[in-house]
Amino acid sequence: MTTARMLDDWEMVVGLEVHVQLKTRTKIFCACATNFGAAPNVNTCPVCLALPGALPVLNAHAVELAARAALAINCTVNPTSVFARKNYFYPDSPKGYQISQFDKPLATGGFIDIGHRADGSPIRICVTRVHMEEDAGKSIHDRFAEVSAIDLNRSGTPLIEIVSEPDIRSAEEAGAYLRVLKQILEYIEVSDVNMEEGSLRVDANVSARRRGETTLGTKAEVKNLNSFSGVERALEVEFSRQVALLSAGGRVEQQTMLWDERANEVRPSRTKEGSHDYRYFPEPDLPALILSTDWINKQRDDLPELPAQRRARFASEYGLGAYDIDVLTAGPRLAEYFEAVARAHGDPKVAANWVMGEVLGQLKATGQGLDSFNVRPADLAQLLDLVRDGVVSHTAGKQIFNHMLATGGLPSEIAVREGLIKVDDDAQLAAWLDEVLAELPAEAKRFRKGETKLQGVLIGATMKKSKGRADPKKLAQLLGKLAE
Amino acid sequence: MAITIEDVRHIAALARLGMTDERATVIVGELNTILSHMDALSQVKTEGVQEAIGVGARGLPTRSDSGPPMPLERALHTFAPSVREGFLLVPRLSTHESPADA
Amino acid sequence: MSQPSPAAKALIEDTIGLRCSPSSTVDCAIARADAVGAGQEHLNIFVSTDTADARRHAAATAAMLGDQTPALLCGVPVSIKDNIATTTLTTSCGSRILEGYVSPYEATVVTKLRAAGAIPFGKTNMDEFAMGSSTENSAYGPTRNPLAHDRVPGGSSGGSAAAVAAGIVPIALGSETGGSVRQPAAFCGIVGVKPTYGRVSRFGLVAFASSLDHIGVLGATVDDAARGLHVIAGHDSRDSTSVDCEVPEYYNAHAFPLKGMVVGRPKEYFPENLDARIRALCDASLERLRGLGAEIRDVSLPHTELAIPVYYIIAPAEASSNLARFDGVRYGLRIEGDGLRGMYEATRSNGFGAEVTRRILLGTYVLSAGYYDAYYRKAQQVRTLIARDFSTVFASGVDVLFTPTAPTTAFKIGAISDPYEMYMSDIFTVTANLAGVPAMSQPIGRVDGLPVGGQFIAAHFNEMKMFTAAYALEHALGSEVHV
Ligand SMILES: [Mg+2]
Ligand SMILES: [Zn+2]
Repeated sequence: MTTARMLDDWEMVVGLEVHVQLKTRTKIFCACATNFGAAPNVNTCPVCLALPGALPVLNAHAVELAARAALAINCTVNPTSVFARKNYFYPDSPKGYQISQFDKPLATGGFIDIGHRADGSPIRICVTRVHMEEDAGKSIHDRFAEVSAIDLNRSGTPLIEIVSEPDIRSAEEAGAYLRVLKQILEYIEVSDVNMEEGSLRVDANVSARRRGETTLGTKAEVKNLNSFSGVERALEVEFSRQVALLSAGGRVEQQTMLWDERANEVRPSRTKEGSHDYRYFPEPDLPALILSTDWINKQRDDLPELPAQRRARFASEYGLGAYDIDVLTAGPRLAEYFEAVARAHGDPKVAANWVMGEVLGQLKATGQGLDSFNVRPADLAQLLDLVRDGVVSHTAGKQIFNHMLATGGLPSEIAVREGLIKVDDDAQLAAWLDEVLAELPAEAKRFRKGETKLQGVLIGATMKKSKGRADPKKLAQLLGKLAE
Repeated sequence: MAITIEDVRHIAALARLGMTDERATVIVGELNTILSHMDALSQVKTEGVQEAIGVGARGLPTRSDSGPPMPLERALHTFAPSVREGFLLVPRLSTHESPADA
Repeated sequence: MSQPSPAAKALIEDTIGLRCSPSSTVDCAIARADAVGAGQEHLNIFVSTDTADARRHAAATAAMLGDQTPALLCGVPVSIKDNIATTTLTTSCGSRILEGYVSPYEATVVTKLRAAGAIPFGKTNMDEFAMGSSTENSAYGPTRNPLAHDRVPGGSSGGSAAAVAAGIVPIALGSETGGSVRQPAAFCGIVGVKPTYGRVSRFGLVAFASSLDHIGVLGATVDDAARGLHVIAGHDSRDSTSVDCEVPEYYNAHAFPLKGMVVGRPKEYFPENLDARIRALCDASLERLRGLGAEIRDVSLPHTELAIPVYYIIAPAEASSNLARFDGVRYGLRIEGDGLRGMYEATRSNGFGAEVTRRILLGTYVLSAGYYDAYYRKAQQVRTLIARDFSTVFASGVDVLFTPTAPTTAFKIGAISDPYEMYMSDIFTVTANLAGVPAMSQPIGRVDGLPVGGQFIAAHFNEMKMFTAAYALEHALGSEVHV
């Protein structure tokens, strides 16, 4: 039977572990800067170099960001959580242990809704836990011959680890989970969530079972995933590998697999399973982290509107369609920009069309961000008013928009300066029309003979001649008279 | 729970302590003697007794998210065993060598 | 023969009164060190000394003179245990793995000492990483007891105790995890105090077992110890376990009355097999206290016998993790081997001595998969019971407890080879580390010419009561303690 058929009999079961770097100024346990691009080992101090006698002190802002993230994905933030030592030797882990959280994590029991199944039922992925920990330094293997180079600038950068339940059933769901999570984290501004820059990292626990089975199969952990699409492809590949094994009567080994982006394959890492024994125990240098209910509630109250809420509101408040809403709420900045325009102008549909067309088009073309964008929402709204009120034609509106892009000027001023105010004085319109009829004698003749479909051609030519200023309705009337 | 030579080899590996078989054999004896005294604990009733962790029951103090960090009176390269171009050097690792193998 | 150092109080007054200069004080200490043979070939008290460095510190102190507010340890030379970070002398922890290592930052207690006008004077020898009770486990050779050169000074702060006992300095900093300040104080006939956990910052103290580690003070007299502790105590935002509560003037504790104070005599500290002469000296001291108006009350701390097993699970467990940073990558010894793993194993097996290796292995074992609950978790629960014993007696109206500091006097160098027998010399001191309560040892007499220490233990942050009792007993016993 074909691989495809074979795969149909099996179900993919996936849980994701996502590491997210928190956007703090300083490291989680010392006052060293977290900025990138510094010379090697420059952002280090006695604490993050693990010098003998140095001690960790927790960064309050890291706790706020971690709690904010946990609350945004519906977790319960625990009033008492405990830091623990995860003991292992590696040159980029200077203390010989990572300060993390183990049996008493910061938060537990959340969920993320990532869309709907074919039958319309919501797809909800449960989140087991969110815990805080410190990042490791960087080991660079290709810098020098014979030796590896260690840079501890990143060591001690605050991380949260978000662990999902094995609720994910397909590569697409995994991709959706990651995109929704990334969008939420962007909205609450806790991280740059950039997988390429490593501020978001993903490991996947994958197993396969016959459809209908309820027990979990043996899982393999897939690492070295460095893009969302990579995650999806890696899951498919690992799933097929396991299904091939199982349906041939073999069994899956509990092991770590490494995703090879270029070769589009997974390879077992050299790690012998069981050689891991992290000997977790409570970090004696840090008493239990105690958070008051008031503090936790405040963090919850201070959360900004989240993507799902904003999508619902855009539907009810502006009556926009699903597609428009998805585009406009993709990122918090664009959504805020659209709302500013819609509120100031009054017609959300028109605002949506301009933002999705002109604004997004321009941003995509130039690759710039809204923060550096020349056209302020209030000015765009004014332009839309001018078009609506017939002060300028739609065509002229587009020209004015291009001027605003270049100069950032006010639409009203540009309209006057560039002479783009709509002209409806009959004499001027007639004059333009006569010129056009003279330039296009054949068409003029046929039109007069009653070939009214030529009206469009003639109006177009006249609009052109008027540099978009002519009022097309009036032109139509004038032409109408000619036709009789 | 008597410790075997395999246990000693395992924990010596976890602790990255090189050890000859002779030494390991001696250690087995020493650790078993010491641990035999620990068995007294198993007799103690501790149901529902809190573990004495987080010595400061007052909770964990935090610092504000600001610098500067504590300065070093001497730069890293003056005391690190092997440094080049600001990097700390260690014997070559394979790209995806995991901590368990290191 | 040069004279032993004067008491801190006299030195401070003379320095502030300009009757003696910090530099002359340092010269006296140097002369005394030479006279007693503090050098490596003889008593082997110091891991590193630098007369030029001491004189620089003396000059810094001299420069402070004339300020309106006289610094609290002005002109007092203070020796510092070699596991406390100093930027001009080594911090080698008595270990090969840190041979010659000089810290690029300074421990909070050292900064406080210098700010108080004290003169850092030498880094003292110790059991490697403070693991031991005799200072025989030093990579730099054993320290000898100044009172009996063929005997140990106790440990792990043996060098600091010897520096004070030899009259080189009136005050020295030590550290303890299970009694490493009080036990050597007892063996050397001086005073050793361990404050409440969190009272003194651990920032810059090279960690052995973080939840048990304390920096303590050794002094020739109760007053010396009180002044030393007062200066180094206080909150430090660099140590998350440091407690923010006001520090009383311990050196004024003698002004408070002993009369009416309730002194508990815990029976578990006076077992059948306790050396009769040590028991007699303790009871004699209790009689003196009664004579001074204290009420002596028999009490019980039922879980005491479990202290050693609990301690030798928790301390090695934390140590196995704390000592993982010594990996040859960033500082200290590095020995190349086969690849990274070979480098790790060569560096660590050559850098650590036998006792440190033993405890790292023990600690790794009790934390490893399958054993955590039976050992580490269980030990932490029993530790709670031990701490409750103390809170219960103190809640019952007992102000301080009085016990022997150690079951024996200073033993001969090389006399104890069995690790567990060595561990038992902490039997009366580990409890205070496990509970985090303050405790101190002071001389109460001699057996066969060797000092015996008596120990006061108080409730958390009640160091004042402890010092009040200690001042009174010291005054009552007078010179008897030295015969
Ligand atoms: Mg993690
Ligand atoms: Zn740092």
